[in-house]
Amino acid sequence: MYRTHVMVCGGTGCTASGSGKIQEALVSEIKKKGLEDEVKVVQTGCFGLCELGPIMIIYPGDVFYSRVTVDDIPEIVEEHLLKGRVVERLVHEDEVTREKTTSLDDTSFYKIQKRVALRNCGVIDPENIDEYLAMDGYTALEKVLTTMTPDDVIQCLLDAGLRGRGGAGFPTGLKWKFAKNAVGDVKYVCCNADEGDPGAFMDRSVLEGDPHSVLEAMAIAGYTIGSNQGYIYVRAEYPIAVKRLQIALKQAKDYGLIGKNILGTGFDFDIDIRLGAGAFVCGEETALMTSIEGKRGEPRPRPPFPANKGLFQKPSILNNVETWANIPQIINNGPEWFAAMGTEKSKGTKVFALGGKIKHTGLVEVPMGTTLRQVVEEVGGGIPNGKKFKAAQTGGPSGGCIPAQFFDVPMDYEHLAEIGSIMGSGGLIVMDEDNCMVDIAKFFLQFTVDESCGKCTPCRLGTKRMLEILEKITSGNGTMDDLDKLENLAYFVKTNSLCGLGQTAPNPVLSTLKYFRDEYIAHIVDKHCPAGVCSDLLVYTIDREKCMGCTMCMRNCPANAISVTKYTPEGHKRPSLVIDPAACVKCGTCQTVCKFDAVSKA
Amino acid sequence: MADNKETITLTIDGVEVTAPKGSTILEAAHIAGIRIPTLCYLKDVDNGIGACRMCLVQVNGSPKLAAACVFPAADGMDVVTNSELIAHNRKINLQLLLSNHNRSCLSCVRSGKCELESLCWEYGIDDADFYDGERRWGGIDDSAPHMIRDNSKCILCRRCVAACGNVQSIGVIGASNRGFKSEITCAFDLPLNDTACVYCGQCITACPVGALYEKSNIDDVFHAINDPEKYVIVQAAPAVRAALAECFGKPIGTDAQGKLAAGLRRLKFDKVFDTVFSADLTIMEEANEFIDRVKNGGKLPLITSCSPGWINFCEHYYPELTDNLSSCKSPQQMFGAVAKSYYAEKMGIDPANIVSVSVMPCTAKKGEIGRDDQAGAGYPDVDYVLTTRELGRMMQRAGIDYDALPEEDFDLPLGLGSGAGVIFGATGGVMEAALRTAVETLTGEDLPNVDFVDVRGVKGIKEATYEVAGLTVRVAVASGLANARALLDMVESGEKEYDFIEIMACPGGCVNGGGQPQVHADVRNFTDIRAERAKVLYDLDKNNPVRKSHENPAIKEIYATYLGAPGSELAHKLLHTTYVKKTINKPV
Repeated sequence: MYRTHVMVCGGTGCTASGSGKIQEALVSEIKKKGLEDEVKVVQTGCFGLCELGPIMIIYPGDVFYSRVTVDDIPEIVEEHLLKGRVVERLVHEDEVTREKTTSLDDTSFYKIQKRVALRNCGVIDPENIDEYLAMDGYTALEKVLTTMTPDDVIQCLLDAGLRGRGGAGFPTGLKWKFAKNAVGDVKYVCCNADEGDPGAFMDRSVLEGDPHSVLEAMAIAGYTIGSNQGYIYVRAEYPIAVKRLQIALKQAKDYGLIGKNILGTGFDFDIDIRLGAGAFVCGEETALMTSIEGKRGEPRPRPPFPANKGLFQKPSILNNVETWANIPQIINNGPEWFAAMGTEKSKGTKVFALGGKIKHTGLVEVPMGTTLRQVVEEVGGGIPNGKKFKAAQTGGPSGGCIPAQFFDVPMDYEHLAEIGSIMGSGGLIVMDEDNCMVDIAKFFLQFTVDESCGKCTPCRLGTKRMLEILEKITSGNGTMDDLDKLENLAYFVKTNSLCGLGQTAPNPVLSTLKYFRDEYIAHIVDKHCPAGVCSDLLVYTIDREKCMGCTMCMRNCPANAISVTKYTPEGHKRPSLVIDPAACVKCGTCQTVCKFDAVSKA
Repeated sequence: MADNKETITLTIDGVEVTAPKGSTILEAAHIAGIRIPTLCYLKDVDNGIGACRMCLVQVNGSPKLAAACVFPAADGMDVVTNSELIAHNRKINLQLLLSNHNRSCLSCVRSGKCELESLCWEYGIDDADFYDGERRWGGIDDSAPHMIRDNSKCILCRRCVAACGNVQSIGVIGASNRGFKSEITCAFDLPLNDTACVYCGQCITACPVGALYEKSNIDDVFHAINDPEKYVIVQAAPAVRAALAECFGKPIGTDAQGKLAAGLRRLKFDKVFDTVFSADLTIMEEANEFIDRVKNGGKLPLITSCSPGWINFCEHYYPELTDNLSSCKSPQQMFGAVAKSYYAEKMGIDPANIVSVSVMPCTAKKGEIGRDDQAGAGYPDVDYVLTTRELGRMMQRAGIDYDALPEEDFDLPLGLGSGAGVIFGATGGVMEAALRTAVETLTGEDLPNVDFVDVRGVKGIKEATYEVAGLTVRVAVASGLANARALLDMVESGEKEYDFIEIMACPGGCVNGGGQPQVHADVRNFTDIRAERAKVLYDLDKNNPVRKSHENPAIKEIYATYLGAPGSELAHKLLHTTYVKKTINKPV
C-alpha cells in the first residue's frame, strides 16, 4: 500500500511538453529520499488541460500542479511528498476566478464538465488492466454475456439515445440493429480511430488514457451483432495510442477478456489493429473499410450500406472511439442514467477539443446542450489578451462557422445543424477579431483540397476551383461575379459529391458567406482585409510624426523597402523613414521591431 | 441486369416502368427508354464506382442526389432524371472536367466519338473555360510498343483501371496521388513498358475519351503504299470484318468481309490477303502438335498461342506454363513468314522489298511483331500492324465511301480461308477449328457434324470432353485474362485436368480485342458486343463451303508444293517460335 499517489499525465500533449522527463526525475528523486515504498508514480492518460501541461495530481488531497518543470521536482518531493506541504507557487491559478485552486475539480475548467467518455482518462494507468478492472472495467461485458440477449443490448442503446460521436450522429442502437439483422455468416466490428479533423484529439486521448473501454465495447458489439472479429483502424501518427492499445489488447487476451471463449461463455471475439497512413478521407466509413482491405482508401457509393455489405463485403459496423467509450457505462449504469444527460434528441455528453483563440486549449467533456458561451468562457477560460469572440468553428473542415450572434446556442446535433454547422467529431476552434473569415474559409478548404481522395469529380475539381476563387479574393483580384461563382460551386460540391468529405467540404465557405459576407465584399470591393490578415491586401505605413529615424526597421527589412525621407519632425534628431508599398513584402518585421509604435498596418 | 423473375414498378420522369428486381436506376430508365448520361460507369468491366457524378438523379424528392448507375431501383420509387436542377449540376460537372482537360479536341484521336465531347454538346457547354485554373495534366507515356497514355485528356473515370484489374486481373495501372493531383499511373510512376502490361488494349476500348490510344502506323503504311519500290501486301484478321462497319456508323454485328477486301484494295495495297488463310495453317500445325504430344507423351495440356496478349500474360504471370504453350506462331506471324518466303518465291519478288502489313483487332499484335524469333524468312514476318480503328480512319482519309464499296473477294492464294479459320476471331473458335481437323485426322473419317457448340458462346470459361478414336480429349476454353487465371489456377492446383486449352486475352476473343472500334458506354452497357460480333463470324463459317482447315485448297497446295507435312523442318523454321520465362516485376 502506498500512502501517496502522484499522477503524471502521459497524454500526447503533456508528453510533448516533457512529462516523460518529469516522471523520470520524480521517480529518481523519490528513490533518493527513500520514499519509493510510500509514494507511487502513475503515468495516466490526458487530463484535458493541455495548455497547462505538464500536469500532475497528487492524491490524497487532489492537489493539482500545472506547468511543472524538471527543476520543480526536488521541491515537490521535499515539500509535498516528504513534508506534506503543498507547493503553492505551482498550484494552478484559475483563469476565470483568479483564485488558486488546489483541486482540479474546483477549477472552472472542470466545474461544469461531466466526464463519461473521458471518465478514466487521467485517473488510471492505461497500461495496467488491473486499474481498469478496479474501475468496474469489463463488468459491462460480463453483464452482457451472462444476462442480456443481443436484442436487450440494442434496446438498451436505443433507450439511452446514444448517437454516433464521429460526426453524423446516427443512432448507435439502430446501426447495430441493422447489422444484427443482416444475413451473413461472417460479420465485422470496426473502430474508427482515424481521427483527422485539425485540432481534434479526443479519440487519441481515450485510446491513450482508457484503451480497455474501447476493447470492452467492441466485444459487446461483437456479441450483439454476431461477430467474432474486430478491427481498430488507428492512424500511425498516434504512436502512444497505438502502443497502449497493443498493451491493452495483450493484457485483455491474457486475462481471457478478448479471444476464445470469453469469460467461459463460449463467445469468441478477437481484435486486430490496423494502422492508417493518415489520410483524412479514411475516417469516412467506406473508405476506412476499403483501406483495411488493403486497397487505396477511397469511399464507395452507398447503398449497399456497411451494415449489409461492409468490410470485405460482409455485414459490418463502424463506431468512433468516443462512441465506444460511452457504451460500457451505459450498460453498467442503465440507459436512464445516460438519457438523463443532454437534450431531448441529443443524449449524454460530448467531448470537445478546444483550440484557437482560447485560454484553456485542451479537451473538455460537457453534457449535450451546454451553450457555446459556457464552453468558451467558463470551461475554456475565455479569449486571451482581452480580445472579443468573433466566431467558432465546430466540426473541423466539415463544419461551419458559428458567429457571435449564436454564442448562446446549445451545442447538440440539432441546434448546430440549424445554424449551418455540425457537431462533427468535436473540434472547436475559437476565433477572435484578429481572424479574417475569408482566410479561415480558405484554410479549411485548403485542407479538404489536400485531403480529397480524387475519386469523384465534384470534390476533386470543385473544391480546387473554389480554393482558387478564394485565393483570387484574398489576393485582391476577386470580383463580385466570383462570389456568385463560389457560392454556386459550393452548393454543387455539397449536393453532388460521393462521400461525406466532399458533401461537407463547402460548409466553411457557405457559413462564412452567410454570416460574414461583408468581409468577402470588403476584400473584393474595397480591396481591404478588415482583420488585417490577408497580406496581399495589407499596407504597412510609418507615421512620420512618430518615427524617430532609428532605422531599426530599415535595417531589418528583408526587401529593402524602407528608406530615409528628408522630413524631420519637430524635436526629432533624425529624419523619418518611409515604406515603398511596391517593394514591401508585408512580412510585418518593421512593425515588430519598431520601438516607437510608428508602424501600422491597414 | 438482374437475372430475376421478380419485378419492381417505379416511376421515372413520370413514366411508369416495370423492371427486374435488382435493377439499378440506370437499367430501369433504359427499359423506360430514358438514357441517363454516364462517364465512369461501364458494366462489363465492373466499374460501378459512382465517381464521375454525371448520372446523378433525384429520388423521391430527396435533396441528396443518387448515382443512377449504382443506386438500386425499388418498388414505388419516384425518380427524376431530367430537371433544371439536374441539368444545372451536370453542366457544372462537365465544366469542371473541362477545366482540367486538354481541349485540343480538333485533332484528338477520339474527336467525334468522344463520350465527353458528346455530353458537352448535349449540355451546350459553350463556356468550356469557365472554371479554368491550375492544370494537372500529367505526362505522356509512350514507352510501350502498342499504345500511348496521354493523361492531359484523362478524366479519371477509371474504366481503364477496372478493365486492367477486374477483367484482366493484371492491375498494372491505378490511381496515384490524391485529390486534384490524382493521376492514373503505373506503380512508382514506372513507364508502362517496365511493368507486366500484356498489351491487350482493353484499357483503350474502355476509355471514354482520347487519353488512351494505339501507337498509330497509319502514316508509315501510307508512305509504304506510295513507295513504288515496295510491294505492300496486307492481311486482315477474321475479327476485323466483324467490326469494321462500326467505324462507318453501321450497327454492331454488321458483316463487312466483302467491303473490307474492297476497301483495302482501294487503299492501293498491292495484294489484299486474309489472315483466315494462316489461321488454317495454324490449325494444321497446332492439330499436328497436339496429336504428337498426346501420342508421344508430350507436355499437356497444350495451350493455344494465337493471342499475343495471352502469351505475354503467360510469360509474366505463369512462366512455369510456357512449355505448355503451342510452339505455333500466331496466324499473323505465320502469314508474314509465308508471304516473305513461299509467296515471294512463287511470285519472284525479293522479300526485302515486301512490306508486310496486317490489320488486327488487337494492340498486342503491335508488340508481337517485335518479339524475338518472329522473322521466319530472315525478314520480320510483319512490318506494320494496323488496328481495325486505324484502318477505318485510313479509309476515311482516303475518301473511301464505305456505303458505295462493292463486296469483293480477297486475292489468291493467301486470301483463301475456311470457315474454321474465320471463327478464330471468337472465343472457342480456335478450339473448334482444331477439333474439326484433329478429330478427322485421328479417326480418318469425315465428321458428320462440324459444329462443336459446347465451346461456343461468350461465357468466360467453357469446357467439354470428347471421345475420339478411343481417346478421351478434355478441352477448356477461357477468354479474358481473369478467367484465364481462374482456369490455370484450377489446372495448377490439380482441381481440373485438361488435354487442350484455348486462351484468348480479350473477353469474348478477338472480336472484342483492344484494337476494335470503341463502343459508346450508352450502347455497350446494354448490348453484348462480343456476341453480336461473334455471330458475324459464325454466319460466315456456316456459309463457307469449306469448313475445315485441312480442306482449304490453298493450304493443301502450300503443304504439297512447299512445306511438306505439318511439323516439317521447314514448317518449324517458318511457323514456330519460342517463349521466355519472365517475372511480374522487373528487379528495381
